[in-house]
Parts: sequence; C-alpha cells; structure tokens
Amino acid sequence: MKILIVDDFSTMRRIIKNLLRDLGFNNTAEADDGTSALPMLQSTHFDFLITDWNMPGMTGIELLKSVRADAKLAAMPVLMVTAEAKREQIVEAAQAGVNGYVVKPFTAGALKEKIEKIFDRVG
Amino acid sequence: MTGERNTKLMAQANQLIDHLEAGDNDAAMEAIDELYKVRDCNLYIEIGKLTRQVHNAIRNFHAESSNLVPESEKGSTDPSGVPKESRMDDAKDRLEYVIRLTESAANKTMDMVEDTVPISKELRNTAINLKQSWQRLLRREMKVEEFRALYKDIDLFLDFAGSKATLIEDNLTSILMAQGYQDLTGQMIKKVITLVHDVEASLVGLVSMASQLETITGIQHDLSDLKGPEKDELEGPQMKPETRSDVVASQDDVDDLLSSLGF
Repeated sequence: MKILIVDDFSTMRRIIKNLLRDLGFNNTAEADDGTSALPMLQSTHFDFLITDWNMPGMTGIELLKSVRADAKLAAMPVLMVTAEAKREQIVEAAQAGVNGYVVKPFTAGALKEKIEKIFDRVG
Repeated sequence: MTGERNTKLMAQANQLIDHLEAGDNDAAMEAIDELYKVRDCNLYIEIGKLTRQVHNAIRNFHAESSNLVPESEKGSTDPSGVPKESRMDDAKDRLEYVIRLTESAANKTMDMVEDTVPISKELRNTAINLKQSWQRLLRREMKVEEFRALYKDIDLFLDFAGSKATLIEDNLTSILMAQGYQDLTGQMIKKVITLVHDVEASLVGLVSMASQLETITGIQHDLSDLKGPEKDELEGPQMKPETRSDVVASQDDVDDLLSSLGF
C-alpha cells in the first residue's frame, strides 16, 4: 500500500505521515503541491492520495480533477484534508469525485476513520 | 491657524471684490489664484499631518518591538544595521519570524515524538516477551536453564526500563520547552496588531480627508468598477463558523453534508 501525501506545509505532511505509520502504512511519499504531485502519480504506482486543497501552483481540487480525468489514475481513492470549510466547496469536491473529506484541524481518530471507511468501500 | 487663514481669506475676498468693482479683471484673476493657493495650502497641511501620523505609527511599531528580536535574528532582519525609514518590511519580517518559530517548534516536537514512540514500543514488546516467560514460570513449565536466562533478562529489563524512562522524560521536557514559541510569537503578533490598528486609524483619517477634498473640489468617482471580495477566493480556516450558514462548523457537519449527497 503506497500513499502520496500532498500539502504545502512540511509539518502537516509530517503529522499525516506519522498518523499513517501508526495505522501501519509505512510506504509514503510527499509532494508540496499538485504540480509536483501529478507527475509522481503518473510515473509511479500509488494506491491512495491524501491532498490539501489550498496550495500554490496546482490546488488540491485541480489535482483531484486531473486524477479523475486521467484514465490510468481515475480509480484511485482520494482523501481531501483541508481547512476549506465552505459547504459549496465540500459539494464541489464531492462532485469532482473525492472519496473522503476531513476538515482541519482534525483528530487522529477522524483521519483513521475516514481512511478505513475508504478502504472498506474500495475493498 | 484656522483663524489666521480665515482672516487671510477674508482679506483676499475683499481684495477680489475691490478689483471687480474697479473693473480690473487681471488683478481679479490673480486674487482668485491666491484664494486657490490658500485652499490648496489647507489641504497640504491636513495631508501632511496625516502622513506624519502614519509615519509615526510605523516608526513607533519598530521602536516598541525591536527589543523582542533575539540578537541572532537582528542581523537577518536588518543586514545593513542602519535604521530603515519604513518599517512595513519589518512587520513582514516579524510575521515570517513567527512562521519560522512555529515551524521549528512543530518540527522539534515531532522529532521528540518520533524519537519516543520506538522507545515506548520497545518497552512494551520487551515487557510482553517477559510476561510470556513469566507466565510459563508461574505454570511451572520452565526448565532450570530457561529460568536462569529469565532471571538475567528481568535484571536487564529493570535497568533498561529505568534508563528508557529517563530518556522519555527528557524528550517530554524538550516537548514542553518547545512550546515556548507561543509566548514569543504572541508578543510579536500583538506588536503587528498594534501597527495594523495604528495604520488603519491613520488610513481612516486619510479617507475622511480625501472625502473632504472631494467635497471641496467637487470630484465625483465612478464606484461601479470597484471590485468586491473575490468570490472564488479560498478562505482557509474559519474563525467563527457558527456565525455563518455557508460553512461547516465541524467534521460532523462535513459528514452530514456528504451523507446527504449519498456518500
């Protein structure tokens, strides 16, 4: 199980990486925005994408849309972990095909629950 | 000042009437020019006052907060060592310093956590192994050689637990000390807030000055091209979500919204 963590703040990537390790996911990679994440997703196989929304360069929602538009990546589960809390944004992410949405600040429990739920569903 | 100016205006106005009555148009025009000058002069004085207030607000911000920056940071914020006239750059430096300080505290804390978790895991695993051996001993399933090994292992574990507990305490103390950023950044941010307040007050003054200027000169603005707040702008963290109906207040709200969409 290889997971890509995309966030422009290194501390947030590190927090998520640590929580994933606690959940038993040791194989993670990091990118600081969609522009650097997309080539990584296209060149290496990842099983799961966790992304922030507000990032310089390519935002998380653009990354999500690019992933869904790419035949090779379209089926990849995507979890959005973001401070963006407007209802219309959550609806937009859902319509773009997000698999889960966690608002910052979040708890270890919330992240764990969403990840497990996604894996249960995608099998 | 105002009285003085009024007297001057009155004198010039009387002169203007005198010139007009005498039919001296050139002199009348000159008098009108003089009147304009007095009006412009009033505006310049008012604008000058406000400019000085803005300038002072920025200077005071620097003077009050300069002693908060550690010696090691001073070189980087002002490499020339010469006091700058404008300290807006300085306010930016201070906020960047806050980012650096909070980032370093977060990393320091995570260093300690990442250092401590394996220690704790090692303690637990060793204890689990010993417990299994101990259970076998209690059930009298242990051979003498095994017991000798267990005897030694327990001795080792007690030393190990003691030294690891000290390490964990040291790491916890480091985590505690890393929280010191809150005090320093709090002071920095308060100074920036004061600057923002002062600059805002001066700007409000400038705006009212500008509106007086518009009233006097009869300038009218087309406000239709003024841009409102960007609609698509990403807002980031919400400070008072409970006061707005278009944002969610918690993860539960997100979950409810998503499940209403069939998630």
